[in-house]
Amino acid sequence: MFGLPSLSDLNVGAALPVLLLAFGACLLLVIDLFIPRERKSRTAWLAAIGIGISLVLSLLSLGGAIEFGDGPDAFTGMFRADRLTDAISVAALITALLGVMVAYDYLERTGIQRGEYYVLLLFSTSGAILMGAANNLVIVFIALELLSIPLYILSGFRRPQEASEESAMKYFLLGAFSSGFLIYGIALVYGATGTLDLAGIWEAAGRITAEDSTARFVGMIGAGLMLVGLGFKVAAVPFHMWTPDVYQGAPTPVVAYMSVVAKVGGFGALVRVFGAGLAGFVDGDAPAFWQDTIWLIAVLTMLLGNFVAIVQSDLKRLLAYSTIAHAGYILIAVAAAGASGLADEAAQAVVIYLLAYAFTNAGAFAVIASIEKNDATNTHIDALRGLGTRRPWLAAAMALFMLSLTGIPLTAGFIGKWYVFKVALQADLVAAAIVGVLTSAVSAYYYLRVVWKMYFEEGEGEASTPPALAWGIGIAAVGTLVLGSLPFILSSMARDITLAFGG
Amino acid sequence: MEDISLVTVVLMLPLVGAIPLLFVRSLTEQTIKWLTLTVSLVTFGLSLLLLNNFDTNVAGLQMAQKWDWISGDSFSISYYVGVDGISIWLVLLTTFIMPIAILASFEPIKQRVRLYYLFLLLMEWAMIGVFVAQDLFLFYVFWEVTLIPMYFLIGIWGSEDRIYAAIKFFLYTMAGSLLMLLAILWLGVQAGTFALPEIFAQLNSGELVIDTTTARWLFLAFAVAFAVKVPMWPLHSWLPDAHVQAPTAGSVILAGVMLKMGTYGFVRFNLPLFPEASETFAPYIALLAVIGIIYGAWVSYGQDNIKKLIAYSSISHLGFVMLGIFALNTAGIQGGILQMVNHGISTGGLFLMVGMLYERRHTRMMNAFGGIWKAMPLFSGISLIVILSSMGLPGLNGFVGEFTILLGSAGSEVLSLWFTAFAALGIILAAIYMLYLFNTVFMGELDKEENKRLPDLNWQELWSLIPIVIMVFAIGLQAGYFFDYMDSSVRDLAQYLGDTITAAAGR
Repeated sequence: MFGLPSLSDLNVGAALPVLLLAFGACLLLVIDLFIPRERKSRTAWLAAIGIGISLVLSLLSLGGAIEFGDGPDAFTGMFRADRLTDAISVAALITALLGVMVAYDYLERTGIQRGEYYVLLLFSTSGAILMGAANNLVIVFIALELLSIPLYILSGFRRPQEASEESAMKYFLLGAFSSGFLIYGIALVYGATGTLDLAGIWEAAGRITAEDSTARFVGMIGAGLMLVGLGFKVAAVPFHMWTPDVYQGAPTPVVAYMSVVAKVGGFGALVRVFGAGLAGFVDGDAPAFWQDTIWLIAVLTMLLGNFVAIVQSDLKRLLAYSTIAHAGYILIAVAAAGASGLADEAAQAVVIYLLAYAFTNAGAFAVIASIEKNDATNTHIDALRGLGTRRPWLAAAMALFMLSLTGIPLTAGFIGKWYVFKVALQADLVAAAIVGVLTSAVSAYYYLRVVWKMYFEEGEGEASTPPALAWGIGIAAVGTLVLGSLPFILSSMARDITLAFGG
Repeated sequence: MEDISLVTVVLMLPLVGAIPLLFVRSLTEQTIKWLTLTVSLVTFGLSLLLLNNFDTNVAGLQMAQKWDWISGDSFSISYYVGVDGISIWLVLLTTFIMPIAILASFEPIKQRVRLYYLFLLLMEWAMIGVFVAQDLFLFYVFWEVTLIPMYFLIGIWGSEDRIYAAIKFFLYTMAGSLLMLLAILWLGVQAGTFALPEIFAQLNSGELVIDTTTARWLFLAFAVAFAVKVPMWPLHSWLPDAHVQAPTAGSVILAGVMLKMGTYGFVRFNLPLFPEASETFAPYIALLAVIGIIYGAWVSYGQDNIKKLIAYSSISHLGFVMLGIFALNTAGIQGGILQMVNHGISTGGLFLMVGMLYERRHTRMMNAFGGIWKAMPLFSGISLIVILSSMGLPGLNGFVGEFTILLGSAGSEVLSLWFTAFAALGIILAAIYMLYLFNTVFMGELDKEENKRLPDLNWQELWSLIPIVIMVFAIGLQAGYFFDYMDSSVRDLAQYLGDTITAAAGR
């Protein structure tokens, strides 16, 4: 009974991309010891290569060119290697790659170049991928911690600078608190259903609903607490308080990375746990019980994020509120997953939005990293003045990112919004969709303010773009433009995504 | 790959022309100017070929081209372009106005020249795209993309309050269009395709049924987007700001082409997609249109800034176009379309003239001028023609359009005669404010010292005005030629609307 399952029973191969990444991170930790302090570029390169290999494998798997392992279920059903996992991996790995490129020169010039940075980044990326792949609530929790703990450390990577330390402390305390909510929620769901396995929960939930027992009530409370825990990770209102302070204090390359990767992991888990597992709590064709809650949170998140962003004058804070707003848009799609028969399309919309967002948002923070001074100042919006004439290509890239965040056609951001609003209408979430488009119009104001500072006002805006950073910004800009003008790339990447046991 | 349609060529040429501006670093300012002008002239030449290849007996799409863009399980999006009698003249208007706008920029624009002409070409691309797109997704893409170059044109090369005007322009129009995005998504999801002709076919065959209430909401979602662009009273407040702050070419393009995107949208989408709702809302929209006619004319008269006067006169003129369209009959719609072209030509010309005065005196206030005719006879003569055309003098283009519109609205089954009566009042008011403008600026004593030495037109200015004068007479004297092209398509549309109205009356 307690015999160890063999490797082939575990179907280890199915998890190959993420295993390689995590293993590579352990290896890099050791190798880094032998790399002299002034040669840390090698660590960065090795990290980038590791991410690259994993990215290629994930892309091949997503495209159906290679099938790793034997079927999608691995580790006795705890890990699920399906198209959703692949797509979440791609989004997380692209972010990680951009994160390394943005970080390298910045760490060098601010004197915090340490190998651990890249190792932590790899660990946290593995965590994000595992969150999307988790088919068991315990794995969700472990993956969440694997994603978060490195992020806490990275936020404080600029110690002894106070802002950075404060940022890490704040993030850690609130993060630990939210983990508590999540684990308590998991416990209640376990109490209600008697299992931690998502497929098991889905089945048990159907049974419970039919019997209409008090277990249903306990399960709902559990789901609510899990929503709090995951909502914290993706910065949804009212669990968003930490975001502006943490983003402002943390080193900019860290923000470029974590503002995306935390959402990738968080939404990967949200859509799988709620769209697949907890979707079992339904009566016939009625929408899932959590749908109303989630779309209300989405509406609040969009309203607060967009309206508060208007009055921000620090670029990092402005974009922090903008990331809150974007969590709101993705939440609309998550809510749509609660409608009968729409879970797959909603998951596709979430993934498309995340991929578009990865390029755009990481790119925008990369530009901020380029204008920031070594003492972490100069992130005021006025620092962009005159950038349009003095650094035309950099300014054009930033303008492109801003237009993409607004959701203007021919940019990736528009394609993301298109799919999110489409699935919202399909799910009859008309009110949420209307709030979504109207707040998009509001967001145009503060995004365009960035553009007008660069182009319409004269100034001494300067930026330093060493090769790695320039390539990072370039890749992000080209990605934003290409995914926006050739939308079939995104749509075909997401087409085969299904959430296993809906229906 | 199948043959590439001429429509695609005309559409893509400005974009291709923009590539060297973006990537070839060594171009001098002179080269950039002439390259841009050449691209726009070639585009115009090719669009004349469109006219040549156009079969006036066909009501449907011509020279159409369709490539799949996204084909999902539940819906498909395509690159689908083509022209019909409704859009052909607007494409021509765009390609006609652009070289003029470019030529008129040669002297005034001295800073960031490369960026400026890059935006002009992108602008032309997107505007042609709006008129030829036959897929709702594609249409929305072009519709929104037109905002970006105009935002930069106003924001970088505008006057003192340019930032305020640019952001106001952008936010107004974007807020309006986002509800249309939802309506587009709704239609596309229901129909399973975003291709407009396929949606029409499904509506006709009864495969796609939109219930009355939903249709009215969708109508309104489209209508708000278009009404902001037209702009219809009371959504017009961005227009005077944008016009006054924009550089001359920006105003010419804005008034000449961009406003027509709104009125065109009503004809292309609102009328055929939601005929019942069009009929229901026609009196209300006509009411707003007539208010716009009177209000625009009234406020124009009170202006002391020439550019503002012309901006408000646009509101008045576009009111006529809207009145014609929502007469929902052949004469009204045909008059409306022709008046779109007329307004593009006349008002484009008026804005050019303001720009030329501004170049000489660096002011746009009326009281700074007076007796200009004596100093600049050639300029003043041409100005008189354009002003008379804008007023609607018989024999010139404006008269034909306005007359046909009034004919249409008087014979309309859905509008009462009062609308026509009050609109006709607008023509009288137009004569008052236009002649007041002419009188103050051009006539009287040449009493201001600065005005005595004003140089008359140089060759660039002359060449940008001559095509306008030619078109003023051409449309005024040979309107039949222009109506011929739109006849089949508009008759078809009016017939369809008429059937719906009759069916509704019989219920």
